[in-house]
Amino acid sequence: MDGIVLENINKQFGSVIAVADVDLELSDGRFVCFLGPSGCGKTTLLRLIAGLEAPTRGRILLAGEDITRTPAHRRNFGMVFQSLALFPHLTVGENVSYSLKVRKIDRDTRRRRTESLLELVQLSGLVDRHISQLSGGQKQRVAIARALAIEPRLFLLDEPLSALDAKLREDMQLELRMLQQRLGITTILVTHDQREAMTMADLVVVMGPGNRIHQVGSPLEIYRHPANTFVADFIGTSNLLEGTCDKSGEIRVDRVHLEVAELPAEILPDSAVTVSVRPEDIRVLPGIESGNNRLPGKVSFIRDLGSSVEVYLDCAGIQIISHSTPKGRPEIKPGDDATAVLPPAACVALKS
Amino acid sequence: MTGRKPENLRSYLAVVYPALMLVVFFIVPFAIMVTISFFHRDPGAFYTPVFDIANYQNLFSALFVRVLIFSLFIAGLAAAVCVGLGFPFTYFITRMPRRFQVFWLVFLLSVLSLSEVIVGFAWSLMLSRTAGLSNLLVWLGLMNKPVSWTPSFAALLCGLCYLAFPYTVLVLYPPLSRLNPSLPEAARTLGASPLRTFFTVVVGALRNAIVAAFVMVFVFTLGAYLLPQILGRPHHWTLSVLITDRAIYQSNMPMAAAMAIFFMLVSLALVVLTMFIGKEKKVAS
Repeated sequence: MDGIVLENINKQFGSVIAVADVDLELSDGRFVCFLGPSGCGKTTLLRLIAGLEAPTRGRILLAGEDITRTPAHRRNFGMVFQSLALFPHLTVGENVSYSLKVRKIDRDTRRRRTESLLELVQLSGLVDRHISQLSGGQKQRVAIARALAIEPRLFLLDEPLSALDAKLREDMQLELRMLQQRLGITTILVTHDQREAMTMADLVVVMGPGNRIHQVGSPLEIYRHPANTFVADFIGTSNLLEGTCDKSGEIRVDRVHLEVAELPAEILPDSAVTVSVRPEDIRVLPGIESGNNRLPGKVSFIRDLGSSVEVYLDCAGIQIISHSTPKGRPEIKPGDDATAVLPPAACVALKS
Repeated sequence: MTGRKPENLRSYLAVVYPALMLVVFFIVPFAIMVTISFFHRDPGAFYTPVFDIANYQNLFSALFVRVLIFSLFIAGLAAAVCVGLGFPFTYFITRMPRRFQVFWLVFLLSVLSLSEVIVGFAWSLMLSRTAGLSNLLVWLGLMNKPVSWTPSFAALLCGLCYLAFPYTVLVLYPPLSRLNPSLPEAARTLGASPLRTFFTVVVGALRNAIVAAFVMVFVFTLGAYLLPQILGRPHHWTLSVLITDRAIYQSNMPMAAAMAIFFMLVSLALVVLTMFIGKEKKVAS
């Protein structure tokens, strides 16, 4: 197949396992995010793809060709580093055209290409500036333009936006996404910010404890159907309810019977389960109601953010958070009795 | 208001101490030397305190000019060799694991503890015909008979570089170890081979450190006095030797002072010029 394939990739630094048993197929033209908390091996995985590290075990294939042992400078991948790594002794233009000069492309072509790249990242007219004279956002753009200069097979970004302030970061996220769509270039972005991954990615690869891949899927799929409790907890906010699954496959949380959309095969009868419910799926009704999928309790706190309302319920020791729109705000105040309604379709049963 | 005065006094004292040291140990001796350089030499006695610029007028003898040029030449060459060898060497040290780095730095520091006399005689012995390296080469069958490599220009250059090399590495070590490791990596992903990366990115980004190290070794080697006499022939003697000869053996203190001052001005001018070129290049690129 085309695109890039990782086969059983393992990477160890001494006795430390940085990446464990990674199998991944990424087809061409996609925007992929490696998402995970710090230290989960996502940057190492990116560096393995870039050729800056060699895997301890496993193979990397690009369009069917084994590139595991190809050195970084022969891979034609563009990479943007977390520190940006702009050459401080060169100007903006010289930074951008560095890869073209290495490939002995003539001066005129180099100049034209540099100009069009700077135009692409909206930095026209800054060719002769020094790196130290640029703002954070401008440096970012230079690093992107530099990585794109050779029309790379793969565009790799290692948390390049983490140094920017929140406003600029969101602008850059959109811009980067539009740039990627326009160029149609396969892109891998490493990030620990799940909002960033949600905004930009076609495909999210969630990495976590054990330095392995926990789930691969579209942002919505991962949000709606987390594969395990780690993913459910890491992506967005989630209510994780500890319960049990009895012999007949019925799930109970605190003596309340919980209907779920589907019961995964990996959940065995007579075992502990965790049910994940997103706060925006939970409806809060005033007063005590009993029945399936209904957890009665007391309102402990209400946070009205203007655009949304967060209700915190204490249901006999279980903390439940519900998000609603200002219009859908229930007629309750802290201290009132209330019931949380968990729709079966929104309940995802996970192995504990 | 009351709180401010002792603070002022304290900050004033902080400046006084270095200023005092500078005046006592540098400015006063230098002023004495400048004064003496204008005195008139009295062959019978030592010198008479009159204002006389004859010393400077007599400076430009063929010998003086030749020795001056030779001194600058060998110092420049030693600096170039030291930086040329020391920069890649230091780069590889900084890429090593921590404990190897410490080993090399301790090793280099221990080399610094050797005195110039010991280094000079060690080299002289090592390059000699009777007990030197050439005997080893004869034993290995690479040479027919042992030869003497000292005294010679090459021997002198080896000695000077040996002395200056640890300083070169110690001066280059901090900036090189601070170099962002992503810079060479970025160059690699952009298609530059390791060798090309080294020359275009590592050397380029550290140009200032290289110029600083070059200037340091140059100035350090200019003052060489002992090694030229141990490892060099008389025509390899540097200006320091010539000045000492004038001052001590010919008792011509005013002449020696004039030579020393002129030597200092020339080297200062060269150092400033080198720094200027280093800066200029940075702006031009």
